[in-house]
Amino acid sequence: MTTTLDAPAPAAPQPRHRAASRLTWLLKQRETGIAVAFILLLVVTTAVNPNFLFSTDGWRDLTLTPAILVCLAIGQAMVIVTRNVDLSVGSTLGLTAYLAGRLFLDTGLPVILVVLIAVAAGAVLGLVNGVLVAFAKVPALVITLGTLYVYRGIMLEWAGSDRINASDIPPGLLDFGTGSFLFIPNLAWISFALLAVAIYLMRSTRVGREFYAIGSDPDAATLYGLRDKRRVLQAFATSGALAGLAGILYVSRYGTISSGVGLGIELEAVGAAVVGGVAIFGGSGTVLGAALGAYLLTTINRALPVLGIPDFWQQAVVGALIIGAIVLDRYFARRQHDKLLAEREEA
Amino acid sequence: MTSLLSEKAPARTYAAHAKPWWQRTLMTRDTAIIALLVVVWTYASIAILNFSDPITVYFLVLDIAPILLIALPMTLIIITGEIDLSVASVVGLSSVLFGVLHREGLPMVAAMVLALLACAVAGALNGVLVTRYGLPSLAVTIGTMALFRGIAVGALGTTAITDWPDAWGDVVQARIGDSQIPLMTVPLVVLIVLFAVVLHFTPFGRGIFAAGLSKDAARFSGVNVDRTKLILFTLSGLISGLAGIYFTLRYGSARGDNATGMELQVIAAVLLGGVSIFGGRGAIPGVIAGVVLIGTIGSALRLDGLSANLIQIITGVLLIAAVIAASVLGWTGRIVGTYRLPKERVEQSSDKPSSKNSKKSE
Repeated sequence: MTTTLDAPAPAAPQPRHRAASRLTWLLKQRETGIAVAFILLLVVTTAVNPNFLFSTDGWRDLTLTPAILVCLAIGQAMVIVTRNVDLSVGSTLGLTAYLAGRLFLDTGLPVILVVLIAVAAGAVLGLVNGVLVAFAKVPALVITLGTLYVYRGIMLEWAGSDRINASDIPPGLLDFGTGSFLFIPNLAWISFALLAVAIYLMRSTRVGREFYAIGSDPDAATLYGLRDKRRVLQAFATSGALAGLAGILYVSRYGTISSGVGLGIELEAVGAAVVGGVAIFGGSGTVLGAALGAYLLTTINRALPVLGIPDFWQQAVVGALIIGAIVLDRYFARRQHDKLLAEREEA
Repeated sequence: MTSLLSEKAPARTYAAHAKPWWQRTLMTRDTAIIALLVVVWTYASIAILNFSDPITVYFLVLDIAPILLIALPMTLIIITGEIDLSVASVVGLSSVLFGVLHREGLPMVAAMVLALLACAVAGALNGVLVTRYGLPSLAVTIGTMALFRGIAVGALGTTAITDWPDAWGDVVQARIGDSQIPLMTVPLVVLIVLFAVVLHFTPFGRGIFAAGLSKDAARFSGVNVDRTKLILFTLSGLISGLAGIYFTLRYGSARGDNATGMELQVIAAVLLGGVSIFGGRGAIPGVIAGVVLIGTIGSALRLDGLSANLIQIITGVLLIAAVIAASVLGWTGRIVGTYRLPKERVEQSSDKPSSKNSKKSE
């Protein structure tokens, strides 16, 4: 063993061409894979039917339809990175959407105030999840499964058989929901802005880095002195607030609020994050990946009928995609692991 | 610290460490949930008109049967530390396959067997992905949940197959003699006993607990953890398929969206029944009580004129209360200073050294 220790250190790797290394770096990113799959889907579908992308409606739907799911997927990615999961977002979305509708119906509050109330209400619902998860030492899966029932039950109990129609919603909000700016729908702009903030938050701020630290090794993070409870609360509150915002986006886009708003969308949000390369056991993945996952899932839904496949099969394709994504993730993780082991052997 | 180490603790037998038998039998999560069930049942029989009517019990059994069926393999899977979210989709898959094969003119029994086989294969796919490739079951079964549901809905669309021979529907809803006990109770009880015996009285069952407590320790003590999990996932698919056939015959309709969302009800019932989501802890009697409790509350509240929405809220609150009960007891115990959690729970849920441990080493 001493000989290996005495041996001179291996020569520093040759500086490679910068552009080339940039390219290989880009090719190695999980997000690139999802983006390529998304573009491929667009190209194939557009080749079959040019209207899919090049008609006004096609272009509008491309960016408008995923906006709500992107919102949820960003929040979900943050929560999953901290090694938790939030199954209650669909119910939160439904409850805040109904709350907003009720406020429009019963009070004359200005739209912007209602939006703020809905987001705050979502954050409070998320905080309830966070408190239960952070202090009860029970997996988030179980807690948010419980609040999924509770929030949906509260909404249904409150709404009864009521249904809020588009005529009850301020026209300004509806116009905003269907309008666009610079050929891109307003809701899409909102989702882009949220995504930009979330990317900055997760990459470059202390909060974001601590989310990753807590997710990759909770015990180490606690020992190191990170305030893990506070961070978990923040992740859940953010996810809740984004679900509240998604509720408002839903109202502004569709106008009607029935008891089924957001039913089952939590699994789409988790699916988008998983397809986008966010590891379900925390500590890795990006919000950009989750957003791309949301784009891929919603666009598949619209592309299938164009490709001549009945859209009943959409869920099956999504399921196959999720399984494919996690198998691929595992493969890359194992290859990386083997490579690191090999490097250690050589050194 | 040295003084603690230098004085050797007197040797104690294993039995001396254990609590008295009556504490072991009576003061468990299982007993608590069964007691709660008895209280709810007694209250409902006295306070709610028609609840004690045999016909109520008859419909209660028929309604909870599919949840009860799926809860059995789910209990075993959660005890090994895994989870199966795809069960309700397998119910839909089984219903559609059974329906399509029946429509194509296959005899009922042949259609049934083929549908069940396909569901077992679907379950085995989960198992292979989890054990062979080491993937997290939560992610795998979210994927297969969409996949199986998608295949079921894709094969039939929004149509339903409803032309079933009356005789088969009658068998499912038949009563034993003149009583109001459904005939279905017999196979249900047989399955419950079978699962209870396998889990609590066989080496295979002990392997399930061992796998949930520590995968590595179980492997070193000769438990084939991967094979155990593969068997359980396959079994879960098979039983979910059985529930799908029951569902189809009971309601006389094969649909792709049958039992949507049932996976959450099953998991809620199992966790309410005292099975730990961390794995390694749980028992069949508690799970049965959990399923019956949820069913009883549902039917009692409906008879009392309360809405289904309140039932949903109560289910959620009960689930959360049941899983955080240990932590809450821990806090109040620390505040009051009297209650002490069982030793292994303290180690899991608190960073403070328990006074019991230090006393032992003195």
